[in-house]
Formats: sequence, structure tokens, C-alpha cells
Amino acid sequence: MQLLLNICIYLPLAGIAAILVSRNDKATKWISLLTTGVTFLLSLLLIFNFDIANSGTAQFLTEGSPVLAGMDIKYLIGLDGLSLLLFMLTTLMGPLVILSSWDSVNKHLAGYYSMLLLLQTASMGVFASLDLIVFYVFFELSLIPMYFLIGIWGGKGRIHATVKFFVYTLVGSLIMLVGLIYLGYDAGSSLQGYVFSTDWRFLSSGAYQIGLVEQTYLFAAFALAFCIKVPLFPFHTWLPYAHTEAPTAGSVVLAAIMLKMGTYGLLRVCLPIFPNAFVEFAPYMAALAVIGIIYGALVAMVQKDVKKLVAYSSVSHLGFVVLGLFAVNVISVQGALLQMINHGISTGALFLIVGMIYDRRHTRMIEDFGGIAKVLPVFAVMFMVATLASIGLPGLNGFIGEFLILNGAFHSEVIPQNAFVVFAALGVILAAVYMLWMYQRVMFGPLKHKVNEKLQDLNAREIGILVPLVILMFWIGIRPVDFTQYSEAQVNNLLQASEEKRMAIKQSATIGELPEWTSAFYDVTDELALQPKNR
Amino acid sequence: MDYLHDLNAFLPGIIVAVAGLIALLIDAYKDDHDGIYGLAVAALGAGLILAVMDMFGPVGEAFSGMITYGGVSAFGSTVVLFGSLFCVLISREYLKAVEHDFGEVYAMILFATTGMLALASANNLVMIFVGLETMSICLYVLAGLIKDRKTGAEAALKYFLLGAFSTGFLLYGMALLYGATGSLSIPEIARQASSDLLFVGGGGLLLVGFFFKISAVPFHMWTPDVYEGTPTTITAYMATASKSAAFVALIVIVSKMIPAETADWSNVIEVIAIITMILGNIIALVQDNMKRMLAYSSIAHAGYLLVGLAAGTPEGYSAVLFYLLAYSIMNIGAFGIVAYYERQQGLDFTDVNNYAGLGFKRPIMGVMLSLFLFSLAGIPPLVGFFGKYLVFAAAINAGMIGLAVVGVLASAASVYYYLRPMVYMYFREPHKDVPFVQAGMVYKTTLIVLAVMTIYFGVAFGGLHDLLSSYYTGNWVAFLGN
Repeated sequence: MQLLLNICIYLPLAGIAAILVSRNDKATKWISLLTTGVTFLLSLLLIFNFDIANSGTAQFLTEGSPVLAGMDIKYLIGLDGLSLLLFMLTTLMGPLVILSSWDSVNKHLAGYYSMLLLLQTASMGVFASLDLIVFYVFFELSLIPMYFLIGIWGGKGRIHATVKFFVYTLVGSLIMLVGLIYLGYDAGSSLQGYVFSTDWRFLSSGAYQIGLVEQTYLFAAFALAFCIKVPLFPFHTWLPYAHTEAPTAGSVVLAAIMLKMGTYGLLRVCLPIFPNAFVEFAPYMAALAVIGIIYGALVAMVQKDVKKLVAYSSVSHLGFVVLGLFAVNVISVQGALLQMINHGISTGALFLIVGMIYDRRHTRMIEDFGGIAKVLPVFAVMFMVATLASIGLPGLNGFIGEFLILNGAFHSEVIPQNAFVVFAALGVILAAVYMLWMYQRVMFGPLKHKVNEKLQDLNAREIGILVPLVILMFWIGIRPVDFTQYSEAQVNNLLQASEEKRMAIKQSATIGELPEWTSAFYDVTDELALQPKNR
Repeated sequence: MDYLHDLNAFLPGIIVAVAGLIALLIDAYKDDHDGIYGLAVAALGAGLILAVMDMFGPVGEAFSGMITYGGVSAFGSTVVLFGSLFCVLISREYLKAVEHDFGEVYAMILFATTGMLALASANNLVMIFVGLETMSICLYVLAGLIKDRKTGAEAALKYFLLGAFSTGFLLYGMALLYGATGSLSIPEIARQASSDLLFVGGGGLLLVGFFFKISAVPFHMWTPDVYEGTPTTITAYMATASKSAAFVALIVIVSKMIPAETADWSNVIEVIAIITMILGNIIALVQDNMKRMLAYSSIAHAGYLLVGLAAGTPEGYSAVLFYLLAYSIMNIGAFGIVAYYERQQGLDFTDVNNYAGLGFKRPIMGVMLSLFLFSLAGIPPLVGFFGKYLVFAAAINAGMIGLAVVGVLASAASVYYYLRPMVYMYFREPHKDVPFVQAGMVYKTTLIVLAVMTIYFGVAFGGLHDLLSSYYTGNWVAFLGN
């Protein structure tokens, strides 16, 4: 089975090789579809063989030997409850985005599909890697194909958008790299026989406890990189450009998968390794998340470009995910995990739909449409379902995620203010406002423009792309437990272990050795050390 | 039998030197550039094989302690010979195309390489001086190769004057060190290291001389003009082989001769590293000429290399050694492709504007240039990333977190200018129909080999890194002790 996971990750690379050999446009498309399709089918085998009861431990584990003498850096990949569904989402999106570009991309096909396949490998690698250096390598590798996808096949302002995207993200991740190296040495010093370690299993375990001062800086370094990637307000400025200028497939992958790398990183790295900082920073991060929810929604409301509107709605939706993560309890974190998938499905679908209408009319301005529901009945249905899912209508997937997050945040011990939840819930209402208003202006009313009368409804290929996503929207909406079960055990374990580790670190800290701001910030008191130890 | 031992210890250098002499003779009697080129390739190739074998061999001193062999010297020689060989391989076709193919070029490269090899294995200040001067004088000649143009003359003159100036510093430093310790042998000077003014002053001036050669800020002024005026493949040679040789000697000096206790050398290097990284990267941002851009980028890379040196730990030194190889691979590659574009269109084709739309015209060349630029920018999983990773890791482990943060921020800024050629190559429409001929077999193969190495050492860097570390943890250090 571990071989299967590796095959999944690297099969797209074989596809690239085949594309370069074939040098034929038609063959290129079929090869890409075939490799991503096979990857998806193989990944289904993984999910069927996943041991749900043991979701806390990584499965299908491949463990290489350390690459440098004395340093515990190794090729370490596997899937556990946190990563499984995101991995599956990645493999599912692969064939869909390839199908979505089937007729709409006509220049430099070999390059285009190679980049999509490379992106596929990098994204799967990010979610599967359990060594932080390997994680970092895949994390960065995913930038290169996206850079070219936006830059070559994007819209008018593509150059500005792609350079901004690349440099902005890279600044964050380079600072993370410094933190990562420091973390590695710090961990190595508490591990026998090594001077350096980035093995996530060790870092996240109770055996490795990191000092409070270091935690603060390291959390800041890692969280910055992830927040830029998410993007959390106020680091979101690259996102509207990148999303608007990217080709449809680029927007879909960006929204459905790459943004999740940020939230996934927060959960995978920041929570278990820096538990004290995570909890103490939680109110501030939650505040930013709530600002993001409201701000994204308000800005989305006034957009004239449908794609830009969807892009800003991403800022809003990702705010919910971050809020859920920083509420730090089982319900909210489960909700955040589910919401990552939901956002991938519904926003992915919305970007696909915008791409389909753009292929027909070569415009995305709301005012260029109006009343096209009569001309495009199938399209109207699909668009409606995706819109409602994005708003969070009960019975569809978005509702479950947002409900769990808000519910969890309401009971959260680390976010003391219920005002956060109230404002966040306001975001749901605003979402209904901007999405439905947009839908109404595009689809209903009188047919304003003559050109729109001749629009073709969706063809079989396009329906085929959207149907799996629509099915998933209903499935998650009606039986969410089919999906949340994969992460339940792990989220429980992770939160409990992090809490124990947090208390242990706090208890072992002595006030005299800490700078004053640290003991104040982390609430370290002399009495704490006297209390009976948890472990 | 001592000679044989000594000659054997410096065999790569001797082969290259003899080949240089033969090349001069051939050139004097016969106008046979192919023969000279073949000879140069054969000599450098043979030297490279020997040097690689030496890397795994014993370490020791030869010529009465004038040079060392094995270990770091062998690795330094390998990098130098690697750089020289690959530059010569691409030079022939390029120089022929731009009509500046002289037989002396190869003789000069061979002599310069001899000097670099001496520098890389020097164990005595005299040897350092002889090596450095042999190298430099040949490079002054090579810089002026395009003598019918202003830029060529400017490059040669500027390089010569500033180089001579820096040699003065170097020599003065050596004189002071001799005055302070009564010896020119590096281990002997190390034994008598002290913190009196004479010794510290001598060490400082010596460092200044080296900072000139590796073009660290504020001693970098010559670099952009010289790199611009020199034929591109020769620029690649200057930027990689000569820098590597100087750096290997600098590592030996910093690690062995001027111990940190005598003065705060580490702080000096740290400051130089910081301003080099910042200035090199910032000025590179506004360059439109590819060669000038790569010149400033090479200044910035000298800064990253100094970061490893500033760390002052065995880990840092071995990181610098690894980085030298990484830097040589990707820089020769980048210059090689700039040269490929240039030779088609004449010497003025280096403006980045001219690159519009070229990526799709010659897809393999475009992809390779992107690969080398991404590697220079330090994007994983390419060799440049692990080079950077190792030097920054060494700095962080030595407690210089501020230095590492400045370094990564500077390298984040650098991404902007490394992306620019790609923006033009892929994202812009071509201006006019620029005709291109295929590159020759040798040229293409050389570049492909470099591209493969860029990926290979980016993924499988472990073995080489472990070998380099062992020079500092194993027998090499034991050898230093006696």
C-alpha cells in the first residue's frame, strides 16, 4: 500500500514525460486525463483501505533513511486523518481541471498540461509529507507551475498578478524556512544520536517540548507563511489578482487545493508543535479571521466581475476555516477540516462555472448577462446548486462546515468573546446577499443582451465535470459523518495531546528564566509549577 | 622518490600547465584551433578525473609544505576543473560564432586554471600569491578578448587596474603577517596567531585582497563592467572557477590561519556578508542587461557564501564548499544559455527585452534557462536551494539568526529579478521573427548535463555533503593538528 501512495504522487510526473515524448496536442490531452484519472482511481483504493479507527497514526507510511549524516531529515510520507480528505480532494480535482481545459486552452498545450500535472504532484506531496523539510520542498515546488499557469495562460494583467503571487508567497515561506531550520536544530538537541530533526511525529509528540520564548518567534514565522497562503486578512492582497487573471484550471486548483495548504499547515504544524503560542495567539488570529469574513463579504458584494466576486468570497470562507482552527476544540476543528473540503468543492465548482460561461461569452462582467436562465437551463441548475452550497444552505455541504465551526467557536475556551461568533455568523448572511444578488443579476430578469440568446447550454463534458461535485455537495450535506469519521479520532488525539503538552511546557517553565513579557503573555506563575504534573 | 610523491600530489595542475604550454606552441606554428581546443578539453577532463579520485584519497602536504592535497584541496580542484572544463566546452562554439576565436584563449584558460589549482591547494602565503597572480593575469587578458569594442577594452583595463590594486592589499597583508610571525607557512602562522596589531592588520588586509577577488561589497565595483565586456562564456569561467578557487583559499585562511580568538573576524565577515547580499540583490533588481544582472547576482551569491564562512563552524565551511559546486553548476548553465541566445544575434543581444517570446521558440533552451534561474533563486528541489539551505542552517546553528533572516529576505527579493527573464521569455509576445539555428551537439549536451546535475544534486545531495563534512570531522582535522 505504501507503494501505491508513492505511485499516486509521482504518476503525474510520468505523464509529463509521456507528454514530452508524444509531441502531439491530442495525445497530450488524453495522456493528462489518463494519468490524473488513474491517480484518482488509485487514491480511491487508499481511502477504502484506510483504517479509520487508527486515523491518528500515519498510514501507508514510506520512511527513507536520513539523507544527511547525523541529521534526521528523511523522505517520510503517509496519510492520516488530517491529510486523507485533502489528498483525496486533490486527486479528484486533477481530472476535473484537465477536462475543464479541454477546449478552452489552445496555446502551448504540452506546457500547459505539464504544469497542471506538476502542480498535481506537488500538491499531493504537500499533504502526504510528514517530514517538515519534505513538506517545505513540495510547498515551494507548487509555486513554479502556478507561476507559469497564471503567467502564460492568464488574462490581461497576468504578469503583475503572477509575480505578485510568487514573490509574496515566497517571502512568507522563506521566513518559515529560517524557523524550520531553527526548529530542526532545537529538536535535534533533544533527540538521541542526531543534531537535527524535522520528523513531524517526533516534533508533535509530547517527547519534544519547546521553550516559550522560542515558541513565540517560531509560531510567528510559520504562521506568517501559512497566513499568506490562506490568505488571512490582511495578507490577502495577492489573491484577487491571482484568481482573476489565472486561467480557469489555475483558479480552481488555487482555490480548491493551494489555499488549503495554508490552513492545513496551521493545523498540522503550528498546533501540535507550538501549542502554547497557538492558544495564546488564538484570540488575535480569530479576530483577523472574523475581519476577513466580513471584509471579504463586503468587498465581494460590490464586485462587477463574477470571478473577482468568487475570489473575494474565498477570503471570507477561508476566514471561517481559520476561525474554526483557532477555536481549538474538537467540534470547531472538525468543522474547519470539513469546511476546507467544502470550500474546495463549492468554490472549485463556482470557478469552473465561471470558466464555462467565459468560454461562451468571453466576458465575466455581471452587466453583460441577465436573464440567461431561460437560455441555459442546465447551467442554471448547476450554478444554483453551487451558489447555495457556497452560501451554506442546510442540506448542502457548506452549511455543515459553517455550523460546526460556529458551534465550536461558541463553546470555545480560548476565544472568550462571543462577539466573534456573532460577527462571523453575520458573514453567512452577507454571503447570501452577495451570492444570491449576483445570481439574480446574471441569471434572472429579462434577457438584456441579444448575443446571449444564442448561447449553447452545457455539453456532456461540462456536465460530467460538475456532476461529481454536485453529488459531493449533497452527500456531505446529508451525511457529513461519512467524511468527518476519517479525522475524528485524530482530531481528538491531537487536541488532547496538544493540551497536555501545553500544560506540561507551562509547568516546566520557571519564571526567573523567562523574559517578563513571556511570562505575562503565557500566564506563567510560580504556583503552576507546584501543581501536580499531568504526565 | 619524493618528487614523484610531490608531482603526483599536484598532478592535475601539472597536466593542465603542460597542456597550456603545448597549446601555445601549437598556436605559434599552426593555425589549428580544433587541435588546441581538443587538447584543452582532454587536459581539463583528465585533471578533473584525477581530482575527483583525490577527493576520496588520503590527505597530506607536498613540496615541503607548500601545498596540501586531498580533502578540501581536492574538492576545490574538482570544482575549479569542473568549471573550466564546462566553460571550455561551450566556449568553442560561442567564440567561433561571435568571431573572436583565438588559439590563445585556450592556452590562457589552461594557465589560469593552473593558477586556480595552486590557489585551491595552497598551504603557504607565497603559493597563494603565485596562484592568485597566475590566475588574475590570464583573466585580465581574457577580459579584453573583445578588443575591438569599447566595453572589452574597458573590462580589461578596469579589471587590471583594480586587480593590481587589490593585489597590493594582499601583498601588504602578507608582509605584515610575515613580520608578526616570521613565517609564510599557513600552519606556522596559525600556531603563532596573536591579537597584536601587526597580526590583526595583516589578516585584515589579506581579507580585503580576497574580498576583491570574490567581489564582495564594497570591493565589487569592477564586477558588472568586467562581466559585461567579457565574452559570455569567459564571464562564466570568471564567475565560477576563479571565484571558487579564491573561496577555497579563503576558507583555508579563515578556518586555519586567523583563529576567531585573535580578533572578531566572524563579525567582520558577517557585516560584509550582510551588505553584499543586500546591495547585490537590490542593484540586480534594476538591471536590464542579462550579463549585468547575472554579475550582480554573483555578487549576491558571494554574500550567501560569506554567510557560511561567517558561521565559522566546520558545518559552515562544508556548506560553503557545497555551495561552490552548486553555484558553478547553475551559473555556467545560465551564462551558457545567455551565450546561446547572444551568439545567434550578435554581442548586443543581452538585453532582457530581446528575450520576449523566446521560451517557445527554443523550448529546451527556455526550460533549461528557467531551471537554472529557479535554482539560482533557491527554489527546491534544485541544487541552489540546498546550497542556500546548508549555509543558512550553519548560520542558524551558530546562533546568527539575524544574519540568516537578512539572507532569506535578500534572496526573496532576488526572486523578482530571476523571474524577469522568464516573464519575457514566456509571458510576452515576441517582437519580431528572430531566426535561430540549432546549437551544436557538444554545446547542447554540455548544457543538458548541467541541467541534470542541477536536479540531481538538488535531490541526492546527501552523499556529497557527508563527504564534505567528513573533511572537517575526520582525518582532515587530524592532519591540521600536527
